[in-house]
Amino acid sequence: MGSVWFCLVAFMLAGYVVLDGFDIGAGILHLWIARSNAERRIVIRSIGPVWDGNEVWLIAAGGTLYFAFPALYAAGFSGFYLPLMMVLWLLILRGVSLEFRSHVGGPIWCAIWDATFSLSSLLLAVFYGAALGNVVRGVPLDAAGHFFEPLWTNFLPTGQTGILDWYTILVGVVALAALTLHGAAWLAFKTEGDLQARSLRGASRLWWLVAALTVVITAASFRLLPDLASSFRLRPWGFVFPVLAVAALLGVKLFLRMNRDGLVFAASCAYLVGMLTSVAFSLYPNVLPASTNPYWGLTVSSAKAADYGLRIGLIWWAIGMSLAVSYTVFTYRNFAGKISSQESAEHDSY
Amino acid sequence: MEDALTVHRFHFAFTITFHYIFPQLTMGLALLIFILKSLALRTGNQVWNQAARFWAKIFGISFALGVVTGIPMEFQFGTNWSQFSRAAGGVIGQTLAMEGVFSFFLESSFLGLFLFGEKRLGPRAHWLSSLMMFLGSWLSGYLIVATDAWMQHPVGWAPGPNGSFELTSFWALLLNPWGLWQYAHTMLGAVQTGCFTMAAVGAYYLLSNLHADFGKLFVRVSVWVGVIAAVLQLFPTGDGQGKLIARYQPVTLAAMEGLFETQQGAPLVILGQPDVPNRRLDNPMMIPRALSFLTYNRWAAKVDGLDRFPPSEWPDNIALLYFSYHMMVGLGTIFIAILVLAAWKLFRGTLFNSKFMLWTLMLALPFPFIANTAGWITAEVGRQPWIIFGLMRTRAGVSPLVSAGNAWFTLLGFLGLYSILGILFLFLVYREIEHGPAPAGFPASRTTPGFSAD
Repeated sequence: MGSVWFCLVAFMLAGYVVLDGFDIGAGILHLWIARSNAERRIVIRSIGPVWDGNEVWLIAAGGTLYFAFPALYAAGFSGFYLPLMMVLWLLILRGVSLEFRSHVGGPIWCAIWDATFSLSSLLLAVFYGAALGNVVRGVPLDAAGHFFEPLWTNFLPTGQTGILDWYTILVGVVALAALTLHGAAWLAFKTEGDLQARSLRGASRLWWLVAALTVVITAASFRLLPDLASSFRLRPWGFVFPVLAVAALLGVKLFLRMNRDGLVFAASCAYLVGMLTSVAFSLYPNVLPASTNPYWGLTVSSAKAADYGLRIGLIWWAIGMSLAVSYTVFTYRNFAGKISSQESAEHDSY
Repeated sequence: MEDALTVHRFHFAFTITFHYIFPQLTMGLALLIFILKSLALRTGNQVWNQAARFWAKIFGISFALGVVTGIPMEFQFGTNWSQFSRAAGGVIGQTLAMEGVFSFFLESSFLGLFLFGEKRLGPRAHWLSSLMMFLGSWLSGYLIVATDAWMQHPVGWAPGPNGSFELTSFWALLLNPWGLWQYAHTMLGAVQTGCFTMAAVGAYYLLSNLHADFGKLFVRVSVWVGVIAAVLQLFPTGDGQGKLIARYQPVTLAAMEGLFETQQGAPLVILGQPDVPNRRLDNPMMIPRALSFLTYNRWAAKVDGLDRFPPSEWPDNIALLYFSYHMMVGLGTIFIAILVLAAWKLFRGTLFNSKFMLWTLMLALPFPFIANTAGWITAEVGRQPWIIFGLMRTRAGVSPLVSAGNAWFTLLGFLGLYSILGILFLFLVYREIEHGPAPAGFPASRTTPGFSAD
C-alpha cells in the first residue's frame, strides 16, 4: 500500500513540475523574451487561465503527501523550514504579481510586477531544484526522525550539511535551465510571430546548456551517492526512466530542427517526467535518507499512515483525480490554440 | 516571547487570521455571484450579467489572495507543527488532501473559465462555471471545517504506534456532528460577509449618486440573502454549536461566558471584563438565569463554572476567549437588527430614500469580517490548551527543532509581506469600486430594456 502511494505522490509531483514548470519557465523568460508591453501581455495571457490550476497540483500533492506519509511530511517540512517559508513567499509574490499587474495599467506599475514575476519564478526554479537535491543527498535526521538544516554551512554535501551546498546548488541550476527550456517550449507552442521566433531561438540555445547539465548532474550524483545505482542493479527495468529522459531530450532537439512547436513542448514534458521518475526510482524505497545513520532514514514503510486510511484514500483519490484531470483537459482545450496579439488586447484584464 | 511555542502559535494565528479575510469574502460572494448569474439566465437581462461581471473582478482579487495566503496554512502543519502532523496526519491529512483533490481543482479550473471564458462558453456554460465555482469553494470550506472539527471533537480514530492516531472510520471523520453545525455556522458567517460587502458598495453608489441602478440591485439582493443568513446564524446554528460546546467542552463554555462559579440558574453575561487572577467579572451586566435556559432549556439548570475544572485544563487565554466570543455574539445580534430593519424598509419600498439606513449599511462593512474572525478565535482559543481536544496538548504538537529565532524570522517576513498585500488589496478593490460595474463599451444600465430597479 505504501508503494502504491509512493507512485501516486510521485505522479502528482511530476504533474506539478510539468504543468507549473512551463508557467514558471515562461515567467523566467518574461523579462527577456517579451520586449514590449503587448508581448508581455501575450506571455501572461498564455498562462493566465491555467497557472492557478497548475499550482493546485502542488497543494494537492502536498495534501496527499501529508495524509499518506505523515512522518515524512512532518520531518521534511520542519527540517526544510527556512527554504520552504521562502518558497511560500516566492509563490505569494509570483501569484499576486500576475493578479495585480492586470488590474492597473501604466508602465511603472507593470514594470514592478513584471520584475517581481520574473524574479520570483527564477528563484522558485532554483529552490525546487535545491530541495530535490537535499532529498536525494540525505539530511541529518536524528533517531526521533527530526532534523533542522540551516540555509548553508560550508557548502559541502558531507558532514554538517546546509540546504545549499555545491551539489544542491548544482541541482538548482539544472532545474533552472530545464524549466527555462520548458517555458521557452511553451511560449513557442502558444505564440506566433516575433515572440515565437525568439522563443524557438532561446530554446535551441538552452538545449545545449540543459544537455550539458544533464550529463554533469548524472555524473555528480552517482559519484557522490553510489547507492543511487543499486536500484537500477536490483531492478534493471528501471532503466526505462533515464532512457525516456535521454530520448525526450534528443526529441526536443529534433523537433526544434523540424520547427514542430507542439512536439517540442511535448518532448520537454517527457524530459522532465523522465528525469523526475529516474530520481524517484533510484530513491525508492527510501523517501528521506539520513546522512547521520542509514537506519534513521525514512522509508516508504516507516513513513506511511495506517492501511485503513490509505485504502479508503485510494478510492476517493481515484475519483477526485479523474475529475481533476478531466477539468484540466477541459480547461486546456478551452484555451487551446495560439494567443494572438489582438485577442490579448481585447480583454479587459490580462 | 522567547518561548518557541508562543512564537509558533502567534505565527499560525497571524497567518490564518489574515488568510481568513479572503475566503469568507469569496465563499459569500460565490453564492451571490451564482445568484446573479442564475437571475441573468432566467430573465435574459444583461444587467444581472454586468453585475456578476463586476463582482467577479472583486472575487478574482480576493480569490488570488485567498490562494496565496492559503498555501502557507497547509505548509505550516508540517513546518511549525511537525509533532502534531506526525501524530495526526493519517487522520486530518485525509480531509486536507481531499480539499486539494476535490475542491481546489474544481475551483481553479472553473474560475479560469469564469473569468476568461464568458465569450467562448456562452451563457449556459458560463452560468455552470459560476455554479462549479460556488460548489468548489463551499466544498473547500466543508473539508477545512471537518479538519478543525476533528481537532475539536476527535471521532473515528484509534491509537496507533508511537503515540499516533489512526483513522478507523472515514465517514465518522467526514460526518462529525461537530463539523456539521460548525460548517453551517461558518458558512452563514461567510454569506453575511459577502452580503454586507455587496450592500456597502450598493449603499456607497446610492449615497454618492453613482451607478444608482446597480446600487439598488446590489442592496436588494444582498439584504434579502443577508437577512436570512443573519437569522439562521443565531438559530439554529449558533444555538446548536453552543449546545455542543456545553456538552463536549464544558470548560470552554464556562470560560467563554466568564462563569467562574458553578451556578443553578446561571446568568447570561452581556458586558463585563473577566478578572482571571481574582476569578470574578468586573462591571457585569447580565440577564439572570438566561445562560441556563439557553444551554439546557431550563431556567434553573446547573451550569458548570470554571471552579469545576483544574486550572491546568482551562483555556490559557480566558480574556481573549471571553472578549472574542462576546464580540461575535454582540455583532451577530446587531447584524440581525440592521438586516431585519433594512429588509422591512425594502419591503415597504422606503429603503432607498432612507439616508440613515444606507449610511448604516455602508459603514457596517468591516464588522462582519471582525465577527467572523472573532468566531474563529473563540473556536481555536477555546480549544486550548489542547491541539486535539482531550488527546494532545498544544505544546506537544510543535516542531521540536525549529527555534524561536527561526520562527520569529519567518513571522516577521509574513508580517511585512502581508502588510503590503493588505494595502494593495484595499487599493485594487477600491479602484474596481470607483471604476464601477458599467465600464465604457458596455451599454449603460438605464438604457437596457426590461430592467426596473425600483
